[in-house]
Amino acid sequence: MSTLSTTFRAGPVSWLVPVRAGLVASGGLLVLAALVALDLALGDFDISLPDVVRTLLGGGDAGQRFVVLELRLPQTLVAVLVGAALGLSGALFQTFARNPLASPDILGVTRGAALGAVGVIVLSGAGGYGGGLVAGTLQQVGVPLASFAGGLLAATLLYLLSWRRGIDGQRLVLVGIGLSAALTAATSWLLVKARIEDAASAQVWLNGSLNARGWEQATPLLWTMAALVPLALLLARSLNALQLGDDPARGLGVRLQLTQLLTLVAAVGLVSVSVSAVGPLEFVAFVVPQIALRLTRGSRPPMLASMVLGACLVVAADLTTRVLLPFALPAGLVTAAIGAPYLIWLLLRTNRRVTA
Amino acid sequence: MTDHRLRTESVTVGYGAEPVVRDLSLAVPDGRVTTIIGPNGCGKSTLLRTMARLLRPTSGRVLLDGEPVDAVPTREVARRMALLPQSPVAPEGLLVRDLVGRGRHPHQRWFSQWSPEDERVVALALALTDTAHLRDRPLDQLSGGQRQRAWIAMTLAQDTDLLLLDEPTTYLDLAHQVEVLDLVTRLNRERGRTVVMVLHDLNLAARYSDHVVVMKDGVVVTEGGPHAVFTPALLASCFGLDADVLADPRTGLPIVVPALSAAGRGSCPQRAGRAAGAPR
Repeated sequence: MSTLSTTFRAGPVSWLVPVRAGLVASGGLLVLAALVALDLALGDFDISLPDVVRTLLGGGDAGQRFVVLELRLPQTLVAVLVGAALGLSGALFQTFARNPLASPDILGVTRGAALGAVGVIVLSGAGGYGGGLVAGTLQQVGVPLASFAGGLLAATLLYLLSWRRGIDGQRLVLVGIGLSAALTAATSWLLVKARIEDAASAQVWLNGSLNARGWEQATPLLWTMAALVPLALLLARSLNALQLGDDPARGLGVRLQLTQLLTLVAAVGLVSVSVSAVGPLEFVAFVVPQIALRLTRGSRPPMLASMVLGACLVVAADLTTRVLLPFALPAGLVTAAIGAPYLIWLLLRTNRRVTA
Repeated sequence: MTDHRLRTESVTVGYGAEPVVRDLSLAVPDGRVTTIIGPNGCGKSTLLRTMARLLRPTSGRVLLDGEPVDAVPTREVARRMALLPQSPVAPEGLLVRDLVGRGRHPHQRWFSQWSPEDERVVALALALTDTAHLRDRPLDQLSGGQRQRAWIAMTLAQDTDLLLLDEPTTYLDLAHQVEVLDLVTRLNRERGRTVVMVLHDLNLAARYSDHVVVMKDGVVVTEGGPHAVFTPALLASCFGLDADVLADPRTGLPIVVPALSAAGRGSCPQRAGRAAGAPR
């Protein structure tokens, strides 16, 4: 265990520290820190980086405190949390299914969450043109809850439809693609039937936006992650064994169905709470774990590195939409613009390998 | 306890309504190499998978050290019995040492992921299977024989006395088949491992087994030493094979030599009948 990992031992404790994955995660953290600083500094009202740091440490004048701590910090925090949650969720899904295509975007879990949210926006009729998320109490509480429930329901449906004396990764992906299409169709139908104002409001949400997100989104994200991230990390060893296939994993003493169920619960919870906070940020959960895998050169998507890189991608998307582009654009479109070409590349590459 | 660590008692197993293994009782002799043979669809892999606790019998039970295997915690089973499934597939990019290291899974805890004991057993498993020089190579770059040896090394890293191997020589050429089975023999003779395996090739089964179990249609037709089992009468009745049994000039072990079916009529209908039989 020399190049890829090193051993840490103290008494009865012994850990394998994956060196390369650790380096990637640490490097990612540095990049993330820089992106977060920029995200806090730049906007309609630019603040210098030293002033940002001073303000974060308790200094700064009233104006800087307001802009950095009250306007930008909550939104940046949401971006970091959502990115980390989506990255980890994708890593779990892809390891579980032993398939890089298995991400919540493609399996229909994200679509289910979207359908739930659109349902509330449209059916409650409380949208009102330009009202967006803050139009009424029902929307403020109802949309995140409905999208969370939608994600869970879609995942349950996926699980039940894919179940044939166990869960097979290939079948999971195929069923997921079908489910995803059906849920998208249902969402479109709702949009067509809706009043134009509600449809517009729903469409804004559907694009996935980090705009005007604050503590009311950050808090549920924090709680969910506090529960599910440790669970995911505890599952890591069993997932290593699960990677070898169902039979070898059971031969190695893995409780297969329990591990699969817990993995799905963690992955679905993470993606559902993300979607309920900011809407569907397309392709983050799909692309990030694969990039992390290629950087760490392991045999499965690394969890920590996927979280860090996911956070980097979403904060970068936030920066892009707020600062770089001359016009406002939802962050979900930026992540989709990065993800779609990658999907095509992955499909072409996989196809080539099969035919070669 | 009993003198047999692993045994089945009136086990019936099936995937659907029709049982594949029927009311089968088998005691695996300790410290020996036992091979299960039989025509396609006879239930030999199903039996092995049931013994490994991958399948739950619809009736009857599997006993491990006198205890019903269902009552033993999963991790504890994995510390006593290792399984090599049929043609396993490793994820892309997995290194040999990582694969073999995963064999330590049942011995590890979240706070103890790589103890000196883990390191020692893995090094031994690599040495025994002659894969130590391949440890830093990805599995997908190895030859079939090397890959299969790495998988066997993984099951050895589990450090169990019982080894269950499901067709360990499938897809290997003859030289690699011999290489893998020589390794199995060495593990048994030098390390005292009890081995149960499923093989297709009758001559390899005759050559490498202490105990041969012949199955047909979900039941054991006969069992015993290679000399007792491999007779022209059994080959005809069980495999529908018209064959002579000769003695290996070097070892005296039986060799199955199928008769030339120049006339054709004798063997063709039988063969067609077999091909149309139940899928495995």
